[in-house]
Amino acid sequence: MPQLGESVTEGTIGKWLVNPGDQVKKYQPIAEVITDKVNAEIPAPQDGTIVSFAVAEGVTVKVGTLIAMMETGAGTGSAAAAQPTAPAAVGGPVRASSGPAAALAPAPSPGKAAAAPAPLAAAGSATLDRAEAGGGARYSPAVMRLAQEHGIYLNRLKGTGLGGRITRKDVEAYIASGAAAEPAPQAETALQAAAAQAPGSAQTASPAPAASPVPQPMAADQVIPVDAVRRRIAEKMLQSKHEAPHAWTMMPVDVTGLVKLKEQLGEEFKRREGISLSYVPFFIKAVVEALKEQPIINSQWAGDKIIIKKEINISIAVATETALAVPVIRNADRLSIAGLNHAVADLAGRARAGKLTLDDISGGTFTVNNTGYFGSAMSAPIINHPQAAILSFEAITKTPVVMENDAIAIRSMMNICMSLDHRILDGLVCGRFLQAVKSRLQGYAAGTVQLY
Amino acid sequence: MAVLNFLEAVRETLRAEMRRDKDVWVVGEDVGKKGGVFGATLGLFDEFGDQRVQDSPLTESAIVGVGIGAALYGSKPVCEIQFADFIFPAFNQIISEAAKMRYRSDGDWTVPMVIRAPFGGGVHGGLYHSQSVEQYFTSTAGLKVVVPSTPYDVKGLLAAAIRDPDPVLFFEHKGLYRAIKGEVPEGDYIIPIGKADVKRDGTDITVITYGKAVHFCLEAAEELAKEGHSALVLDLRTLLPLDREAIMTAARKTGKVLIVHEAGKTHGIGAEVAALIAEECLFDLDAPVQRLCGPDIPAMPYAGPMEKFYMLSPEKCLEAMRTLAQF
Amino acid sequence: MTANTQARHEALGLTRDQLLEMYYYMLLTRRIDERLWLLQRGGKIPFVISPQGAEAAQVGGAYAFRRNQDWFLPYYRDLGINLVAGVTPREIMLSAFARRSDPSSGGKQMPNHWGNRGANVVSGSSPVTTQLLHAVGIAQASRMRGDDVVVYTCCGEGSANQGDWHEALNWAGLHNLPVIFMVQNNQYAISVPLEKQVAGGSIAARGKGYGMPGVQVDGTDLLAVYEAFKEAHDRAMRGEGPSLIEALCLRITSHSSDDDQRRYRSAEEIEAMKAGDPLTKIKHYLAEHGLLDDAGSAEIDVRVKAEVDDATEWAESQPYADPEFALSQVYGEG
Repeated sequence: MPQLGESVTEGTIGKWLVNPGDQVKKYQPIAEVITDKVNAEIPAPQDGTIVSFAVAEGVTVKVGTLIAMMETGAGTGSAAAAQPTAPAAVGGPVRASSGPAAALAPAPSPGKAAAAPAPLAAAGSATLDRAEAGGGARYSPAVMRLAQEHGIYLNRLKGTGLGGRITRKDVEAYIASGAAAEPAPQAETALQAAAAQAPGSAQTASPAPAASPVPQPMAADQVIPVDAVRRRIAEKMLQSKHEAPHAWTMMPVDVTGLVKLKEQLGEEFKRREGISLSYVPFFIKAVVEALKEQPIINSQWAGDKIIIKKEINISIAVATETALAVPVIRNADRLSIAGLNHAVADLAGRARAGKLTLDDISGGTFTVNNTGYFGSAMSAPIINHPQAAILSFEAITKTPVVMENDAIAIRSMMNICMSLDHRILDGLVCGRFLQAVKSRLQGYAAGTVQLY
Repeated sequence: MAVLNFLEAVRETLRAEMRRDKDVWVVGEDVGKKGGVFGATLGLFDEFGDQRVQDSPLTESAIVGVGIGAALYGSKPVCEIQFADFIFPAFNQIISEAAKMRYRSDGDWTVPMVIRAPFGGGVHGGLYHSQSVEQYFTSTAGLKVVVPSTPYDVKGLLAAAIRDPDPVLFFEHKGLYRAIKGEVPEGDYIIPIGKADVKRDGTDITVITYGKAVHFCLEAAEELAKEGHSALVLDLRTLLPLDREAIMTAARKTGKVLIVHEAGKTHGIGAEVAALIAEECLFDLDAPVQRLCGPDIPAMPYAGPMEKFYMLSPEKCLEAMRTLAQF
Repeated sequence: MTANTQARHEALGLTRDQLLEMYYYMLLTRRIDERLWLLQRGGKIPFVISPQGAEAAQVGGAYAFRRNQDWFLPYYRDLGINLVAGVTPREIMLSAFARRSDPSSGGKQMPNHWGNRGANVVSGSSPVTTQLLHAVGIAQASRMRGDDVVVYTCCGEGSANQGDWHEALNWAGLHNLPVIFMVQNNQYAISVPLEKQVAGGSIAARGKGYGMPGVQVDGTDLLAVYEAFKEAHDRAMRGEGPSLIEALCLRITSHSSDDDQRRYRSAEEIEAMKAGDPLTKIKHYLAEHGLLDDAGSAEIDVRVKAEVDDATEWAESQPYADPEFALSQVYGEG
């Protein structure tokens, strides 16, 4: 049954105009067809002989239905020609808006397809193909939200999606099974905690460490349980390294004058104050003054903003046998060299005695790290989260130095090494800051500095 | 309860509304004695006469412009554009006049009219008897755009459109006219404009569509069910204003959304629906929102193979739905 | 005062009082427009588009219609039509100042996009001649209801080339609808002169092709315009269908406040328009026939000025709509 009009889906054979056995010419009317849109005679598709009718007069059939068989005498089998060719003769191929016929849509020729890539892509599902490459490592927003809400460690799930992807349904099924309520192994808990502390980074933070296998001890190995302090240090270091893109810079400083000054004033100071005069208060003094020149160094990253701290609270790294403490000298800019010396001695003593209070270790805005104390000549410190930078003062060593007049002199030299959060700080400002520290340290000499 | 095809539902609703309200009248090319080129107004001329079932000159701008004038006077014209492809001469009247009348007159002047237009391809109509033109109108506030998919919806939505106080574009897919039959209650009822309809509930993927594609997707959903995936099919029914709540609810239910329409992809309804889901449903999404649409070419070609290449089909819908379900 | 000329307005059935009222409306139209130019040049309003030179065509035409019964779908220069239809100077000024109580749109539309529900003046837009089809639709719907309505609609000669213009005349002609189409032919479509716009040179001649009389009339002659419209209106009421009236007008001002016609019209041509000023002509007629002496004329001047002053000051003092009013009236209550 040919399609006799737009939107017409069926037709009724009104009357056969030929009989089985009749010879018919191409285009000769063979039947009257009635539809609700038009009434028309339909022509023979080929010269040939009518073999039989498949549809009787008065019967309504869908477009595309076989209505008659004819023999075309062209040597092909007796029954083949009529159905596919008849509709074509009246203006178009068999209408196949649904059903299996649509699957037979001929593929466009390769040349045509290549010439029109955009429309082809437009009708496809390109994004899903791309996502396939991501495999199980990528989680959808729905999966991430469910995992967070239910405290689920996603590596424990087996994905049923494309390429093993964990689907929302996988997580929902996992929750429904009650498995999420079981306690996770210790390592997983820690990672979960780290992820929970920093929701913004959870997606990247949690799967990455979990991917490396946990080392197993051999028989002769010593195993030290990780205590709370060590774990806290680990977390803080990890957090700093994960969140703050570290950059590093170093500058040599000639502290010959400072060394002489300490030699000159050291004995008198110890007699008067009861504690040794250390280099550290001079370092701190130079730092706080430089911070006042470059206040951006005394700042913190806060996601959508940078906070420049008003108070200058200097954290000082204090090493103990087993740990690292970083107590804070509050308002360090208000103290004299002597006052700083006392503060450092007090905090270091209490740190080594394990007597620091919470107050002692919080609120720092910049860290001074006296790595020279144990002979380091160069170090790349990890920034004390959430501060913007940390400055290490390395060992003072006598070094031959080419002076301004090209003479070679033996000078007391010290490297200062700075790690900076490159989100906040750039090289130029840090260079200026280090120059400010350096010029002060090089300026320290007898008569130029007041201890009180 | 009668079983009507899509076209009969249009005709019987027009008849019922014209009987109900003397101000309702029909105007368009060949709508009179012939009853329209598709037969949508067949028999109405005999019942209501040549004034209320009025053959217009071949002037689409005038069909709409005269309709607007009549609506300004308080009458309720139902204008027929013979093929949606021919609506563009009337574009200015629709966009500059009908859509803005209430707004620009602070509500003093309104245009309670309906513009019916058969649209859509797959009927060997070539470039100018196949287009899906709805996207040209859905960005114009002041208009309402309705695309029904079943005889039941035709009756409820066309009655609502005729009684609506604002201009409604009522697009009827030609491919549904005689192909789709369904039960239509005999009494008076209204389907509110702006409400989508869940044509099939499901749990694995959400398919958002309208028009003839609804049937393709429903057919594909049956196949998909045999493969163990359950598809929710949301029929938008009204494209302007969109049923935001229904879209968000359907998207959240499965987290995997496929939008299907015959009209071209770029700047299509699917883009708006996808944007809404991106804005409101991100944390419920389990897959990138997908679109299966017509290709971005000027219009549908005539030759069978190219037309088939352009057209959606249950097979194309099934493939896209299966891919999403397996993601 | 000769019997010959005296008979002219009387022959049209117009009394002295009616003629004086028409003069008053012409003067009011001119003075309101002059005030709008001052306000625009003074930075108080953004835009003016003028009826100057078409006052006789507008007032004479509008006078043939029945206020509050007939319908009006004017074009942007039709200030005189609006005033005769019943729109007040205060309402005109509210629209110019785009105030909340502007009856055409509450300040949403540019001025001269008339609309006044109470006066049967239908809201218009900027694309030209769309309203002609609306006029036809109104005539069609009113006839379906059996109402006695004649519809006025208008445009310029440049607009008479738009498709909607021809579609409207054809439709009205087909259905014999009571619509009077006026074309105010002021010889210029912004800068393009008639001979470069209108094939055949006559708008009126186009009426014949659409099955209606097409009349050309001197649009600066109040009584001639009134006569043509009275006849067309009578025809419409008798059920004899639509008419096309081409009124030959002047465009004394530039196209709008954003245009300077000295760039495309010679100084001589602009100067020559003064002689044909419709206000001068009607004043001459009134004086010639002893209908208005100097004292009476001064009295009307004072009255019109007072009305324009009042409308300007009052409208300027009215509030704007709240910014959020921009969101109102997109759709009606379902």
